[in-house]
Amino acid sequence: MSGIGTGYDLSVTTYSPDGKVFQTDYAQKAVDNSSTAMGIKCKDGVVLAVEKLVLSKLLVEGSNRRIFNIDHHAGMAVAGLQPDGRQIVNRAQDEATQYKSFYGESIPGSVLCERVASYKHAFNLYWSMRPYGVSSLLAVHDKAAGPQLYLVEPSGIAHRYYGTAVGKGRQSVKTEIERLKFDQISCRQAVVECAKTLYKVHEESGKPFELEMSWICEESGWKHARVPAELVAEAEQQAKAAAEESDMED
Amino acid sequence: MLPRPTSHSKALGPGVAGPELAVATSAVQAGPPKASAQQPLSGADSFMVDPHCIADPARQHTQYPYVTGTSVLGIKYKDGVLVACDTLGAYGSTKRYKSVERIKKVNDHVIIAASGELSDFQHIIKLLDELTTDDFRADDGISLGPQEVYAYLCRVMYNRRNKMDPLWNSLIVAGIEPPHAGASAEDVSTSDVTFLGMVGMIGTHYSDSHVTTGFASHLARPLFREAQADDMSEEAAVALMHEALRVCYYRDKQSMNKFQLAKVTKEGVSISEPYALDVQWDFKMFSQPTKWAVGAW
Repeated sequence: MSGIGTGYDLSVTTYSPDGKVFQTDYAQKAVDNSSTAMGIKCKDGVVLAVEKLVLSKLLVEGSNRRIFNIDHHAGMAVAGLQPDGRQIVNRAQDEATQYKSFYGESIPGSVLCERVASYKHAFNLYWSMRPYGVSSLLAVHDKAAGPQLYLVEPSGIAHRYYGTAVGKGRQSVKTEIERLKFDQISCRQAVVECAKTLYKVHEESGKPFELEMSWICEESGWKHARVPAELVAEAEQQAKAAAEESDMED
Repeated sequence: MLPRPTSHSKALGPGVAGPELAVATSAVQAGPPKASAQQPLSGADSFMVDPHCIADPARQHTQYPYVTGTSVLGIKYKDGVLVACDTLGAYGSTKRYKSVERIKKVNDHVIIAASGELSDFQHIIKLLDELTTDDFRADDGISLGPQEVYAYLCRVMYNRRNKMDPLWNSLIVAGIEPPHAGASAEDVSTSDVTFLGMVGMIGTHYSDSHVTTGFASHLARPLFREAQADDMSEEAAVALMHEALRVCYYRDKQSMNKFQLAKVTKEGVSISEPYALDVQWDFKMFSQPTKWAVGAW
């Protein structure tokens, strides 16, 4: 009975004396240790971006995806334990299918977010369960609310954001994007901003990584789609140039 | 010790308790055989005819068509496939809905068109929509080809027939097989990948260079047999299609002069806006159909 939890960290059904549920905190830690994922909601759409560490040179390019399609109008970026992430993605896809078949129209962002959140929350209630070690960034477009960005955390907490980040570099990304004027920049600009930010945040580690980006905007026909390869390449080039420039200044 | 029943099998010889008799065979069961005895071991529901369909007189509405579309026509040509039909949803003989799209895009290389009950067609579209959405989610660049949609619809129609609750449609599936991963569209000739097929109400199906449903099977198909060729030009194919539509329109009471023409080529799917054809009613045989006929006056 030593260590930080001291007996209160074995299950989610026991609070610690100062009111914490340690298993939930640990799940959050699993997310905090993962590579960075970020999302920006700008004036004409939403952009998701993740920094995907290349685990081995032998991997096929583009494998171990971290951004998924949930429905035509919704996408999800996951940070944390990847297998858990895929499970959440499957669940979100099932929710979207179910909603569509029952109501005859696509699931609205708020409902999708709420359902994913409820699902995650359920794993914080029973001693036999382990909370999912995953935070999900949801990019959704619906007619009523337009483009939206949500973040659902392992505890089941969910909020709607203009811009947010999860994973290792979340703090620096957040400071970086706080200066953006979300109601003025376009998706194309946001793509460049995301690339710049992730490159900057990643700089110290020096490990190879792939940039994975998706968006929902008019250009993609209000569908969730991967950002076209040439746009990503262009953004990466600008990001590298910006990084070099700041090196020169140092 | 209880006496064991003895075998009368010649192979085993008299008086020997054979393995098949090791279990006591009481002729009288404790009760009627359980329902589970007839159910598959997998735990799936055993097949049964939905009792409501047969017993409940209130449920017969699914067994007759109400709002229907008439014939659909499809032909292959040099660059792909043409499909055409009118836009009428007829309520019995009433021309009730006049702008019903009976040709639907499934994905970038498949379309389906339906005659028969239009609400059942909407249900079929919903089924295909779910498949298309699943393809979108997988995001691996693979989508259903026309042959796959055709095979799927065959199964759906036949399955519903087995439930004594058929979907009241004849469907035409048309499209171009999507290129395999790694192969470019130019590698294969168009005629090898063009597909045109018909699925009937009870799961009957065929594919051919020209297919039709409903009345057009009698009126238009003979024309297609004469004039259609897989390597005909688009102009010739459209002209043939218009001729066939006109022939059908003149003789089919539940049709109207407002057509949609869809084509699938390697470039993708296009479904035209509705348009009317030039028609002529002052043929002598139209105004006096029985003149000089035996027994006519």
